[in-house]
Amino acid sequence: MPKIHVSTTVNGDTVEFLCETQETVLDVLRNTLGLTGTKEGCGTGDCGACSVLVDGRLVCGCLMLGVEAEGKEIVTVEGIGSPDRLHPVQQKFLEDAALQCGFCTPGFIVAAKALLDSNPEPTETEIRYWLAGNLCRCTGYDKIVRAVQDAALEMKGQQA
Amino acid sequence: MEYQSPASIDEAVAALAALEGARVMAGGTDLLVQLRSGAPRLGAIVDVKKIAEMCSIEETAEGFSVGAAVCGAQLTGHDAFSRAWPGVAEAAGLIGSTQIQGRASLGGNVCNASPAADTTPALIAARAKAEIVGPGGRRIVEVEKIATGPGKTSLGKGEMVVRFLLPARPARAADAYLRMIPRTEMDIAVAGAGVSLTLDRGGVVADARVGLGAVAPTALVLDQAADILTGTKLEDDVLARLAAAAGAAATPIDDKRGTIDYRRKVVGVLAKRAALIAYQRAGER
Ligand SMILES: Cc1cc2nc3c(=O)[nH]c(=O)nc-3n(C[C@H](O)[C@H](O)[C@H](O)COP(=O)(O)OP(=O)(O)OC[C@H]3O[C@@H](n4cnc5c(N)ncnc54)[C@H](O)[C@@H]3O)c2cc1C
Ligand code: FES
Ligand code: FES
Repeated sequence: MPKIHVSTTVNGDTVEFLCETQETVLDVLRNTLGLTGTKEGCGTGDCGACSVLVDGRLVCGCLMLGVEAEGKEIVTVEGIGSPDRLHPVQQKFLEDAALQCGFCTPGFIVAAKALLDSNPEPTETEIRYWLAGNLCRCTGYDKIVRAVQDAALEMKGQQA
Repeated sequence: MEYQSPASIDEAVAALAALEGARVMAGGTDLLVQLRSGAPRLGAIVDVKKIAEMCSIEETAEGFSVGAAVCGAQLTGHDAFSRAWPGVAEAAGLIGSTQIQGRASLGGNVCNASPAADTTPALIAARAKAEIVGPGGRRIVEVEKIATGPGKTSLGKGEMVVRFLLPARPARAADAYLRMIPRTEMDIAVAGAGVSLTLDRGGVVADARVGLGAVAPTALVLDQAADILTGTKLEDDVLARLAAAAGAAATPIDDKRGTIDYRRKVVGVLAKRAALIAYQRAGER
């Protein structure tokens, strides 16, 4: 079975790749495109480490086929902020020490950004439910929730 | 493994017939997990998300038509649908996480035929029907006729669900769905109950239907529900009879997530509480 040619947009750049049907978006990002910010925790939709945005919707990269990316717009953690200009969510994760080992962090950053894009002033309960599909073994979640709240405040301030 | 993403129903039916071991994929949140664990007999994937009718929600005089591949986020974000069918919307909204909601569909939930599927009891309570197409043409069946056992359906070879049809709502009608899980999010129902009620002007139940989940090999229609609830205002003794009937109809499994006795008891409590929520919602309309 020949590989399938896919053209898509990743973090604003047009990207073409070849993949086999069973390869996931996560496989393609990490192994073919070298974008290793997106992590694989479980591969079964349970941990959220592979979170990416597809046409603006938050999904698990491990539960979407690479071939489905045809014509879509994908945003990964690499497309959020830049080293000298961090996104407020990234900045607050650092300031609030919302990470320890960091394995879950890219998924949380992508998910939290998606939340604040659709709901700029979430309640704590809304934040916790939104992020229920992102697992963290280290932090105990409180610092993550606080970082998202602080990022929301920061983004509101920037707008005013 | 072959992958096809046809843009029309006819092409999808042709692809399902032509490709050996082909399976429909909507959101892939069940299928791709099965693929990863080495699902047997998965010869080809027919992705139905490029078929416009399968990804759209329409409201007509006959009610709502919900494309089988519409994802949870799309359904719960549809205001008119959530107003008409709050119970079905809340069942869909319970599936997985935000990430899963971005993909998981009603068609996948019903056709995966897990006994614990959350939307199936809610769709049963709603008297939803599924429009099925296949090599033999089109047919329409009640949602409760699709799953025949865990992981098994009555769909014939090459058949797929195109859409779900939910009847138009009279005044003072509403539904509700509740499930019991040991955690607050991201878990599989130990028991679930969907209730749909229509009230008359005096607040007396004129029509009732109850679906139960996770307490039998497939979701169940609680046949006695209409008899027990119609003509009442959900007085305590009526609710007690509903709970007893739900517990008696259940034939659950015994596992680490719940014993048989526990599931029987819980499904009755859920049916009662869901009935009260549906009653309150219907009364407010
Ligand atoms: C982390 C996680 C949490 C979950 N939590 C829940 C939960 O709380 N409650 C719950 O009920 N489920 C849950 N699920 C299971 C799953 O998300 C749902 O069953 C979902 O609705 C499946 O929809 P899908 O579109 O992703 O299906 P797919 O994976 O695309 O398909 C599932 C099955 O149905 C078949 N199929 C799909 N569409 C059609 C169609 N139109 N016609 C015929 N056959 C079709 C496929 O061939 C496949 O066999 C969870 C899954 C994950 C990974
Ligand atoms: S790797 Fe995708 S959810 Fe865990
Ligand atoms: S910081 Fe280690 S898993 Fe979250």
